[in-house]
Amino acid sequence: MTRNRAGSAVALTLSVALLAACSGGTADNGTDTGSDGEDVTLTWWHNSNAEPGQGYYEQVAADFEAENPGVTIEISALAHEDMLTRLNAAFQTGDTPDVYMERGGGELAAHVEAGLTKDISEGAADTVEKLGGTVAAWQVDGQTYALPFSFGLVGFWYNEALFEQAGISEAPETMDDLYAAVDALEAADIEPIAVGAGDGWPAAHYWYYLALRHCSEDVINNAVAERDFSDPCFVAAGESLQELIEAEPFNTGFLATPAQEGPTSASGLLATGQVAMELAGHWEPGVMQGLTEDGEGLGEDTGWFTFPAVEGGEGDQSAALGGGDAWAVSEGSPDVAVDFVEYLLSDEVQIGFAENDMGLPTNPAANDAVSDPALADLLAIRDEAPYVQLYFDTLFGENIGGAMNDEIVLLFSGSTTPQGIVDAMQAAADQEG
Amino acid sequence: MSGQVRKRLEIFFFVAPALVLFALFVVVPVVQAGRYSVYRWNGLGPMDNVVGLQNYVDALGDQVFTGAVMNNLTIIVLSILIQLPLGLLIALLLNREMKGRTALRVIIFVPYVLAEVVAGVIWLMLLQPRGPVDAIFDALGLGGLKQLWLGDPDIALYTVMFVLTWKYLGLAVILFLAGLQGVPPDLYEAAQIDGASWWQVQRKITIPLLGPTIRTWGFLSMIGSLQLFDMVWILTGGGPANSTMTMATYLINQGTNRSLYGYSSAVAVLVFVISLVLAAIYQGFVLRRDAQDTPRTKKVKR
Repeated sequence: MTRNRAGSAVALTLSVALLAACSGGTADNGTDTGSDGEDVTLTWWHNSNAEPGQGYYEQVAADFEAENPGVTIEISALAHEDMLTRLNAAFQTGDTPDVYMERGGGELAAHVEAGLTKDISEGAADTVEKLGGTVAAWQVDGQTYALPFSFGLVGFWYNEALFEQAGISEAPETMDDLYAAVDALEAADIEPIAVGAGDGWPAAHYWYYLALRHCSEDVINNAVAERDFSDPCFVAAGESLQELIEAEPFNTGFLATPAQEGPTSASGLLATGQVAMELAGHWEPGVMQGLTEDGEGLGEDTGWFTFPAVEGGEGDQSAALGGGDAWAVSEGSPDVAVDFVEYLLSDEVQIGFAENDMGLPTNPAANDAVSDPALADLLAIRDEAPYVQLYFDTLFGENIGGAMNDEIVLLFSGSTTPQGIVDAMQAAADQEG
Repeated sequence: MSGQVRKRLEIFFFVAPALVLFALFVVVPVVQAGRYSVYRWNGLGPMDNVVGLQNYVDALGDQVFTGAVMNNLTIIVLSILIQLPLGLLIALLLNREMKGRTALRVIIFVPYVLAEVVAGVIWLMLLQPRGPVDAIFDALGLGGLKQLWLGDPDIALYTVMFVLTWKYLGLAVILFLAGLQGVPPDLYEAAQIDGASWWQVQRKITIPLLGPTIRTWGFLSMIGSLQLFDMVWILTGGGPANSTMTMATYLINQGTNRSLYGYSSAVAVLVFVISLVLAAIYQGFVLRRDAQDTPRTKKVKR
């Protein structure tokens, strides 16, 4: 408590100076109410704009306000896309909210380089330690800039009833198993796999996973650090993907299929039983529930298996691909904002987060609180995986990531080669210099 | 003298607000885009990486961009080739006295009134694989002609073209109908007395006198095709495999989605130059005829 007050006093001085320097400052505080405290207003943007998440976060903010007199939290619960658009504009004007979401990797690094995000390595040291390795994706040059509150995995979601109908008794474990499953499904007149290649990233996830299977962790880390993709394993990943595409397992017209909007999206096709499986993240059950009239999604038939192993691949065959969301604090925001972010990662708040099935909590204390069975299974798999690789597009940042995703979609349309993907990534990386 | 000053003041008073707005929201952004275009800049932080004209070189060397320019040109040509004869035909038919003419005019014009996004979403749903359009083909026994309307890179541009025609034909028809009202009825009477057929009347009298209207419509159509964004964005987002990418969707792709603000500013400048050149050529070779026509007809009248 005392530490908080002292912290906010310093922050207040800082932010007053900041406000004096630029009138469009972020911290909208400064009225001194006397000797025993100051009023601080924190702005907080999040994307839980539906119940129970929205109500839960209001409660969390109210609890924090009660414990920290003088602190007011202004919440903006935005639709995900709106939030991204507004954040983008905010980053450009420098008028960022005090507490906001970061996806880590190259995006975060760009914000850090532009001096927009606060270094919270010191301020939140205890929480950083508690979260362990998950924080790595939100670290730049050894410093921590955000605290992940949810971290999920990508894998195959499938319709158990359709698998049974096609006579497939076990979820595929190797690529050969996957090809066998595809053949069995096609024989049963069921479209095997939906992919939202129209949005780019769902198609790109295949390449990411194949790269994980073909490339060792060291090779990937080195490629990321050096921005050098010349290792032949990246081309091998493309070749494996090309082989899969040539087997034509994907839904009709997949090049124009969106990821998750509407019943004809990849998620919609899976939710309505028109295809048997889809490679997607931990959000998939929630998305499918929103796309079915009964709000159940696939319900009892929901199954999940990890991306199959590639024979002869040099990578870790049980490594997982995933990503998450983290709370970051704007540069120049008062220290109490860091306290708030730490509070958001506290056992208490994360347990509530898990109980409301708002994501896959990162605080181990909340593991047992996840009530949704599909999410609970995923959580176990995530914690058992030797390592979880952040989505490559997020990792590489918008430019290299975008060039990579565009080129992978071209591979899906048959208009580029495995080498072409590597070349496009390298060209974008070299351009950044 | 004081009258002159007063007049100047009045002009200044009335023109200044418009000029300020124009400068602020048109001239300044254009100049800014020119400035950004020589930097490599991701939109965050200070611009300090001057790359000269490299962004322009990169843009002109990017097959996706040159492909987008070609798509825009294709759309311009196809719009005019398809909508001009079709629009003329419908306008001529609707100009005749017949039952339900007003109703038909309204029906033709409805797609144009519909918001672009709404029309786009409707067509997006109709054109889905196994969607209503495919069902109609099946019902007509034409199942073999079904295509992946929006999912096949070889077909998608023509599907977009079809939807654009459906949407903008109404504008052509209304403009032509308005032009037809300006054709003096006595010319028709004279032609009829001379024994001209309906077709001859249209060909020799109506269409030539409709010239200025057609040329103005052509200009509007060209500008619209160059700016084309909304419909493509909703139907295909520029895909599949960049086959329907237009200059505007390319800009959003590179700028907003990939945060290459310096590069996309260079693209924006290129788009501006391309549009300007095309507009100037059209003005010089086509619309100039109208400017010359006006005094000539006056002479004839006298």
